[in-house]
Amino acid sequence: MPKKKDVLLKIRDLKIQGYSDESWIDIIKGVDLTLHRGEVMGLIGESGAGKSTIGAACMGYARDGTRISNGSIEFDGMELTTASESERRALRGSRIAYVAQSAAASFNPAHKIIDQHTEAPLQYRLKKRLEAQEDAMDLYERLRLPNPKEIGFRYPHQVSGGQLQRAMTAMAMSCRPDLIIFDEPTTALDVTTQIEVLAAIRDIVDQFNTAAIYITHDLAVVAQMADTIKVLLKGEEVEEASTKEMLDNPKEEYTKSLWAVRSFESPQRHRPKDGVPLISIRNVDASYTGGDKVLDDVSFDIYEGMTVAVVGESGSGKSTTARVITGLLPPSKGEVLFKGEPFPPSYKDRTKDQLRQCQMIYQMADTALNPKVRISEIIGRPAAFYSGLKGVALKNRVDELLDLIELEPSQYYNRYPPELSGGQKQRIGIARALAAEPTFIVCDEVTSALDQLVAEGILRLLDRLQNELGLAYMFITHDLATVRSIADEVVVMQHGKVVEQGPKDEMFTPPHHPYTDLLLSSVPEMDPNWLTTLLEERGVDNVGDAAAARIDPKDPKITGVNA
Amino acid sequence: MGDILGLVAKRLGMGLIILLVISIIIFFMVELLPGDIAQAVLGQGATPENLAALRKEMGLDQPAVLRYLHWLSGAVTLDFGNSIVTGASVAQTIGERFANTLFLAAYAAAIAVPISIVLGVLVALLRNSIFDRVANVATLTSISSPEFFLGYILILYLAVKTGMFPAIASLSNDMSFGDLLYRTFLPALTLVLVVTAHMMRMTRAAIINLLASPYIEMARLKGTPPWKVIVKHALPNAWAPIINVVALNLAYLITGVVLVEVVFVYPGIGQALVDAVSKRDFPVVQACCLIFAATFILLNLAADVGSILTNPRLRHPK
Repeated sequence: MPKKKDVLLKIRDLKIQGYSDESWIDIIKGVDLTLHRGEVMGLIGESGAGKSTIGAACMGYARDGTRISNGSIEFDGMELTTASESERRALRGSRIAYVAQSAAASFNPAHKIIDQHTEAPLQYRLKKRLEAQEDAMDLYERLRLPNPKEIGFRYPHQVSGGQLQRAMTAMAMSCRPDLIIFDEPTTALDVTTQIEVLAAIRDIVDQFNTAAIYITHDLAVVAQMADTIKVLLKGEEVEEASTKEMLDNPKEEYTKSLWAVRSFESPQRHRPKDGVPLISIRNVDASYTGGDKVLDDVSFDIYEGMTVAVVGESGSGKSTTARVITGLLPPSKGEVLFKGEPFPPSYKDRTKDQLRQCQMIYQMADTALNPKVRISEIIGRPAAFYSGLKGVALKNRVDELLDLIELEPSQYYNRYPPELSGGQKQRIGIARALAAEPTFIVCDEVTSALDQLVAEGILRLLDRLQNELGLAYMFITHDLATVRSIADEVVVMQHGKVVEQGPKDEMFTPPHHPYTDLLLSSVPEMDPNWLTTLLEERGVDNVGDAAAARIDPKDPKITGVNA
Repeated sequence: MGDILGLVAKRLGMGLIILLVISIIIFFMVELLPGDIAQAVLGQGATPENLAALRKEMGLDQPAVLRYLHWLSGAVTLDFGNSIVTGASVAQTIGERFANTLFLAAYAAAIAVPISIVLGVLVALLRNSIFDRVANVATLTSISSPEFFLGYILILYLAVKTGMFPAIASLSNDMSFGDLLYRTFLPALTLVLVVTAHMMRMTRAAIINLLASPYIEMARLKGTPPWKVIVKHALPNAWAPIINVVALNLAYLITGVVLVEVVFVYPGIGQALVDAVSKRDFPVVQACCLIFAATFILLNLAADVGSILTNPRLRHPK
């Protein structure tokens, strides 16, 4: 709880400009912020709201291509906007520290973790090397890292993502700063791993009474971490209030809309009594060249017009399963059946008609669309390839597809992907898949790179298309809220094995397989006491990787209609 | 470490195979050279009997494949046969010359490599400053000028006009090491001017390429001073491309020095090659080409191994 004392950070009328298209445009349009010692403030908003830019500005730092154009940033009585670069630099790492989104990318691959940890204390001559190392080990222990005496002497790639994120928090603590900026520290992590990091961060910030700015787009996460919440939209403040007040009684419409997200739920369908599944995966094993088995005896069915959500953590084999179905990775054992007939294992041996049946929509619409190719051609090519359309017929088909994905054909026909927003790009990805007139689409984390409101729009669109065109989806996701809203059946995977499968309603009612249970219980809830309660119930050492490691995927309780 | 040894062994094997292929190409390309060697040796007045006898003596009457195998088995033990012109052993003739070339290359590399890396780091640190631009223009100018031109300019100003250095790099056996360095300074300097730009610009590009990485931003947000960000955080991750360009330039220093050796009348292998080609001394030509090829392959192999060794992911497997 906040120990309100004196003001630590005071930002007034902050304006930051970004350079794009040969001119400077405002990306932060006059934001005020007051943070007291020991206080944790959550900054939330969608992408493009300017959260990270403000976070960096709190350190007097403007990223390349941005500049602080107006306003004042006062840190503990020192004005950062007029201070010299070396004065500002002297604060960084020592009095204000930073924890980045992806620890895997933010640790230098060339140096040992502990050497990066001790860099700042040695730089500021706060400690001798050995002292600093001992302190690092102490911090590792407080953050409940395994083998705290030894883990620092590994290289970043030798440590798991959740552990690295905690090591980075430890590094931020190395000089006992007054303020830490957490910039989406758990966004790149799996839900089960996220918990252990959240618990560790909250604990250590509390122990040292450090003030923090916690940047995230995840409301449930910020509810666990922050004393006050500030909501941002497009570089402007929407409102600020204490966490409880904000959750119970949001004032602005925009905030309410954020809170009300995920109201969408598609009615659950059930598989036909007697029918042949559209896609049937039978006892599939698969591995990448020379590697260990990535899939181990995976079997499940997907019926026509239904959505099967495949959930699990990264590395559980979800995407590999999709690659086996589409023929990108021929299985080493087992087979894929299409309407009861075996599908050739490699896409190279499939006929054009077999290829058209399975299409994919990708997670990163940004990288899945060629930026130099017009929308008309992106959608037109599969239409021409699979259906042999030409000229006016092809143009009409592209228009029809654009209509289907709710984009005005005349407006988008001639545009290029970089001119579109994230949600629009994902719609183009959907249209490209539809152009082949498939019966089955693999949706690989299609909403995870999108803001919640946009993601909801995509989910509604996919649901509508499914009803109109009778499509079957395999929906790969790690987000259980998405599963709730769109799935008919759920397959839970861990370490390349299916641990549980069944209709959605059964999957969300206990009893669960212990791994499903861990997944479900790890999803943060809006209740600010959720994390505290959960840790009390499970015990601090029974969450995250530690708990997952204890689960035997071969646990006898594997449910499922076809098991 | 076992993985790395395996990788190195694999690359070494690949290098040997490539070398074998190259030896085939060299041998048969020389075969394709126009003209009759026996005729060239004996001159226009030779009788058909004399020519036939010489061909038999040199084994020229045997099928090409047999001669290739014979040549290859000799080359493996560094026996490249005898020179047609002088009759002396090829290995002995070019051995000393090759040592001279290696010395000149090492001399130039010892100056050029540190200078280009230090300059590369400096211009990356002071990127877009006046210093960066001047260094870029200067090194680009030197790389764009043909090396014989650079060599003559240096001779004109440093030898002819000021007399600071000798214009001709003649060597003798009783020279002291200092004297050797002094006499070969101009050819070495010419080579330095030719290779520095390439290596410096690659170092700069490799480092700047990394500056957008999250771990560089992290280093900056830890309050690390700019020079340390470059030297400690960017450079260790930039070694792989730098090592590759250095190896490429070292190979050039050995195989591409023909012009410089001619300009400075330096008794290196490049000059030997030029002489041998004009005299149709084909055993010497073949030996020189094979040595050049082996040098290229070995240096590229060294670069590959160097890149592997500087990659922490490969050096410290999970």
